Amino acid sequence: MSGRILQAHAGIGDTVEGEALVAADNFSARYDLDRIAGVFSRPSHKLYGRSYVGKVLVLNAAKGGVATAWMLNEMAARGMAPLALVLNFANPIMAQGAAFGGVPLIDRFADGDVTALIRDGQRVRVEPAAGRVVLLD
Amino acid sequence: MTKLNDYEEGLLRGAEGPAKQRAMQQLLAVAEFFDAADFVEVSQVHLMADGEAVGEAGVEYLEQLAALPPEQRRLKVPTVTDPRGADFKAYRRIRHDERFVEQERRAAQAMRALGILMTDTCINYQTIMPPTLGEHLAFGDTGSSIYANSVLGARTNFEGGPSAIAAALTGRVPRYGFHLDSVRRATTRFVVEEAPADLAEWGALGGLVGRRMRSYFEVPVIEGIEATPGSDALKHFGAALASYGSTALFHMVGVTPEAPSLSSVFDGSPPEPAERFTRRDLMEFMGQYGAGEDSLHVVVFAAPQLSLIELDALAGLLRGQRVHPDVTLIATTSPEIKSAADRMGLTAVVEGSGAILLEGVCFYQMHAREIGEANGWRRLMTNSAKLTNIIGGYGYEPVLASMQACVRSAVAGRVVR
Repeated sequence: MSGRILQAHAGIGDTVEGEALVAADNFSARYDLDRIAGVFSRPSHKLYGRSYVGKVLVLNAAKGGVATAWMLNEMAARGMAPLALVLNFANPIMAQGAAFGGVPLIDRFADGDVTALIRDGQRVRVEPAAGRVVLLD
Repeated sequence: MTKLNDYEEGLLRGAEGPAKQRAMQQLLAVAEFFDAADFVEVSQVHLMADGEAVGEAGVEYLEQLAALPPEQRRLKVPTVTDPRGADFKAYRRIRHDERFVEQERRAAQAMRALGILMTDTCINYQTIMPPTLGEHLAFGDTGSSIYANSVLGARTNFEGGPSAIAAALTGRVPRYGFHLDSVRRATTRFVVEEAPADLAEWGALGGLVGRRMRSYFEVPVIEGIEATPGSDALKHFGAALASYGSTALFHMVGVTPEAPSLSSVFDGSPPEPAERFTRRDLMEFMGQYGAGEDSLHVVVFAAPQLSLIELDALAGLLRGQRVHPDVTLIATTSPEIKSAADRMGLTAVVEGSGAILLEGVCFYQMHAREIGEANGWRRLMTNSAKLTNIIGGYGYEPVLASMQACVRSAVAGRVVR
């Protein structure tokens, strides 16, 4: 599937390239992460125990509280942020956090569930301005 | 393309300095992300900026803002704060690390310098200035947002801290989401067979509905609530729904202002109910947490902060009782309500039992992981479904039960259902 393009709504932030960390679960920085250790810390989350630092996080929907709006910036300042966020459905908090923290964000994919379209560990290029994700291997 | 008027164009060009320029840039990025046609003026801002969420980078941002010349940082609309990350008067009682408290002091000092009103409460809609029908807001706590939208008919999206500050600096938010009539229509219908009996059950119902929500823009309508719930019941319902669902608006037929009837929230004929919730569903929801062992370390009443009426109920249950020496009981409320509770003798009753009444904070916003480790807390009992949802990520094992059962357990020193 190398070179396949997934079309989405235009996103926020710069183009980045990296390895995908994928699950069909939802996402909240406050509820799901140990932001000091850089791992998922909510026991019921499918990515529990896995490191998200420098990864393109591919998850279903933004959930939970408002703290994520601050936390992406704080995580980026410590070099402990995900490389990009790729979601089926972002919410205002994710968008605000991405805009404030400079973390690339993209959502609303034309071909359906993005967590089924990208493989865990796959290399991808996220192009928010163009509203697309390119699968690289 | 989002349309800007002359004032907004000016901000974007830097007419009022770099901070307001950056604020307008952030607002515009979000506006374009959600295809907003233009911006809307807001009348109040509710700012979530506790030290844990803000972090060192956020504190530095606040300090930089506060250091700007007054004309470059003057707020355009009244701005009140959500709970702080530390109770400066009482933090030693829960072994809250001095480093975090110091960071919190710096954040609070910067916010005061900015002219932000330090109300330190998530129940501003009960205690400070309840919004009015149709009022456009920038509210930054999921609980205050869902209550203002749903129960009061005001209009806000979730405006997280940086965005709420941008709204305070500019007086604007992008016009999308729940500022629009079309987005406020119901999308998903739920029927409740039997109304919840207490606040914990109202939270459980919120959790049940919230789990069914697939996106922020899904709006649930609840039918079957015959007796009008009080403010605290809708507060717990909304807080849990917002927490489990990332949901900012619900309608309740015959209860909330935009839902006098089922047909009034749908444009065509209403869809079939997505689910009917029975008493058994509520019990199952509550029972899923903390089954098995009965050990207990900490009992928490918070998330949302307690109203004066809830504090009165808690004092009634604790009067003449003694919290078990192996258990810590913590309740949190706003500074205004704490002061009222002091004056009315409720604080003396609550603290007389050995419980701790904190002000201006919420449990999960006080570095819950670190205070848990410092005190050896793991098994946590609460009547807040919202807290139950959040606190697992901080290394706790939550148990959800009524306020009565929580107090009985705190006194017994083990989980009593």
